[in-house]
Amino acid sequence: MAGVGRLREYAVPALIVAGAIAALAAALGIAGYDPELALGALWRGSVGSFDAFASGTLVRAVPLIIIALGFALALRGGMLNIGAEGQFLAGAVAATWLGTHLAGWPALLAIPATWLVALAAGLLWIVVPVVLRVKYGVLEVITTLLLNFVAEALVSFMVQGPLQEQTGIYPQSDPIAEAARLPLLPGTRLHLGIGVALILAVVLWFFFARTLAGFRLLAAGSGPRAAALAGRIDVTRMAALALLVSGALAGLAGATEVGGVSYALYPNLSPGYGFTAIAVALLARLHPPAIVVTGILFGALETGAGAMQRDAGIPAVVVQAVEAAIILALLLADARTHRGRAYAGAAA
Amino acid sequence: MTGPALQLRNIHKRYGTTNALSGAALAVEWGEIHALLGENGAGKSTLLRIAGGLERADRGSIEVDGSPATIRSPRDARRLGIGMVHQHPTSIPSLTVADNMALTAGWPVRPAEVRERVARLSGELGLPIDPDAYAGRLPVVLKQRLEILKALAASARILLLDEPTAVLAPIEAAELLTVLRKFAAAGNAVVIVTHKLREAISESQRVTVLRHGSVTFTGRSDSESSESLYRAMLGSDAAVAPAPARRIPPADSAPAIRVQALDVARDGRYGIALRGAALAVFPGEIVGIAAIEGSGQRELMRAVAGLVHPLRGVLDVRSPVAFIPEDRTTEGLIPSLSLAENVVLGMGAAAPGVNGALVSWKHVAAGTADLVDRFGIVAAGPDAPAGSLSGGNQQKLVLARALAGVPPVIVAENPTRGLDVAAAAEIHRRLRAAADGGAAVLFHSSDLDEVVLVADRLVVVNGGTLREPAERNRELIGRMMIGAA
Repeated sequence: MAGVGRLREYAVPALIVAGAIAALAAALGIAGYDPELALGALWRGSVGSFDAFASGTLVRAVPLIIIALGFALALRGGMLNIGAEGQFLAGAVAATWLGTHLAGWPALLAIPATWLVALAAGLLWIVVPVVLRVKYGVLEVITTLLLNFVAEALVSFMVQGPLQEQTGIYPQSDPIAEAARLPLLPGTRLHLGIGVALILAVVLWFFFARTLAGFRLLAAGSGPRAAALAGRIDVTRMAALALLVSGALAGLAGATEVGGVSYALYPNLSPGYGFTAIAVALLARLHPPAIVVTGILFGALETGAGAMQRDAGIPAVVVQAVEAAIILALLLADARTHRGRAYAGAAA
Repeated sequence: MTGPALQLRNIHKRYGTTNALSGAALAVEWGEIHALLGENGAGKSTLLRIAGGLERADRGSIEVDGSPATIRSPRDARRLGIGMVHQHPTSIPSLTVADNMALTAGWPVRPAEVRERVARLSGELGLPIDPDAYAGRLPVVLKQRLEILKALAASARILLLDEPTAVLAPIEAAELLTVLRKFAAAGNAVVIVTHKLREAISESQRVTVLRHGSVTFTGRSDSESSESLYRAMLGSDAAVAPAPARRIPPADSAPAIRVQALDVARDGRYGIALRGAALAVFPGEIVGIAAIEGSGQRELMRAVAGLVHPLRGVLDVRSPVAFIPEDRTTEGLIPSLSLAENVVLGMGAAAPGVNGALVSWKHVAAGTADLVDRFGIVAAGPDAPAGSLSGGNQQKLVLARALAGVPPVIVAENPTRGLDVAAAAEIHRRLRAAADGGAAVLFHSSDLDEVVLVADRLVVVNGGTLREPAERNRELIGRMMIGAA
């Protein structure tokens, strides 16, 4: 809460990001590329123009922000949801299924309906890990992670089976009804999902920083025993609820992606949103407004990577190395300064 | 054999600002079972851990079989023939009994040979066990048996056991003690740590009593010595306690805590911890609970605090109850959170700055700063992490938080544990002030002197039964605590 502490809290991640990009430039130079050309392409492709920013970076940031908010919520309660990728896909499957059956509906009903089924699907996808955790103490890290593979298989099955397009040629679904598609910002590909992400960030910020329940979640995650005894908090229930909401939010991100970007279900719908979002949340120290910033940053890096590949001939995957370097450096810095202080303890 | 099996001299050990041991000593002869007796926190486990190589003494000397020994690690201890049996199993749960023993004893991993060795050893000692069972699946009594077998497999001749009977049913305890007697009679040595006086007298040849880190008695343990033994345990000053009951509650006042025919299950284990308990605490008085660890007082206090549900009986307690748990860093506070956050943790909706479901951290910080002032807590500010405070100041924070709402009932479990005299006196003063303000206080300390000093009225818990001593005589109380009166 202290001003100086807060400043320091964010100075370290900012320095790390700057350092990682500088390291990228240096590595590219050593490898014989032209760093100026590469970084220029990265810049132009992500934030260099309004169109690149709105249609590229922000569109990419939407699922990252929504998933990262859910991840932050769970981790604040001491739970690690590594299965957002699977919950996202489950949400996408549900949204596609409903979306292809809504021809003739008014958009005002169709869109919320797809969101609702996607929330439910994401929640359903995390119910088993929650039950296993609460009843038998099975680590949610493992169960949520493993269900990612099941979700991938589910998508594969759907696009070759029940949800395959009528013509039956490609492993993909039919496009969803017009009514279920999210409105776009005129002249861009930026869809209503950005509004959802921003509203969720505000709601979660308020919940974390201003409500007793939000604090109790933090307490349950930072010191479960003291939370139960001194705080009389039902720690298990808190953690279970946080995980469920976290899964539901990842499912919702699946719906905004289908309704705002792809309009159909494909096998490779997610370029790893569920995993990148973990980095987004950690870099933001689980702080919702900061998640918006880091979500946009990672959106920009990934969008700019495409431009870098086109204009400078550098494989786009180097950006993933940059993202990984950022997170490793951050974890190292935290291990040194916090000495075991829980991540969750840094929020609020 | 050139000398006593194990001799520790003038052992000193400090943890932070607490003196765990100051000049403690222990001499164990070959062929004997030696009981190490003492209250909670007297230093008996620390002394044992030093002999077992798990801790290093700050000062002092150790001799094994008459020659000076340096014990830096459990491995050193094992090499000298010292085997330690911990209260909590140290086996690898996913390995079998045979594998665990081979691992500790350093046997070559040849399954058939290992199994044969296990079978032979367990047969010789009369400690049957299935070599192929997984250690994690064993019942408690067999887990402990595995610990003993592991120590003996590593050819221990001096066996150190930390409260070996605490986890056992009476018949299992008797079997274990038979085995230990046989082992000692074969020319080996056994040290058992216990706080059960009767067990120490009946099962050992000699006994050493520790109190506040120093030896207060050492000698033969026969029934004649029981008198001096519990004096040594509870303090040499066996005089009648100071200040008798300080106040008599008005006849017309209703108790703030009313307990009748209360049964409570054992905390974390099977069985009944408290049977048919009856107790009434009136506004304005401090009732002290005198009890030796594990007698059922913990369950009584937690039931009154509403943290465990009793099995049956009447439990009528005015709310809210302010509960001061025994372990302030894991049960009372969250060290990584700030003082202000810890205030909200304990006070919930009653905390300053909390309005219904909403929290204004600015107002919480102001309210916390006020508490910090009023209770003289030394802290950098309301935003400092609770973990940055000293033990005494952490406890003051727990107390400040508990007393801020002027609760009608206060339950305090060992609230001065680990504090120095001045900090403890401050806590006593605060509890007294709360009682004067009309609170009913239920207070327990594992130090009988402290209970006598603080309480208006005393209750003794022994073996799950509550009794009030006929007179305020600490000798009588001491006897009741160990079930000898």
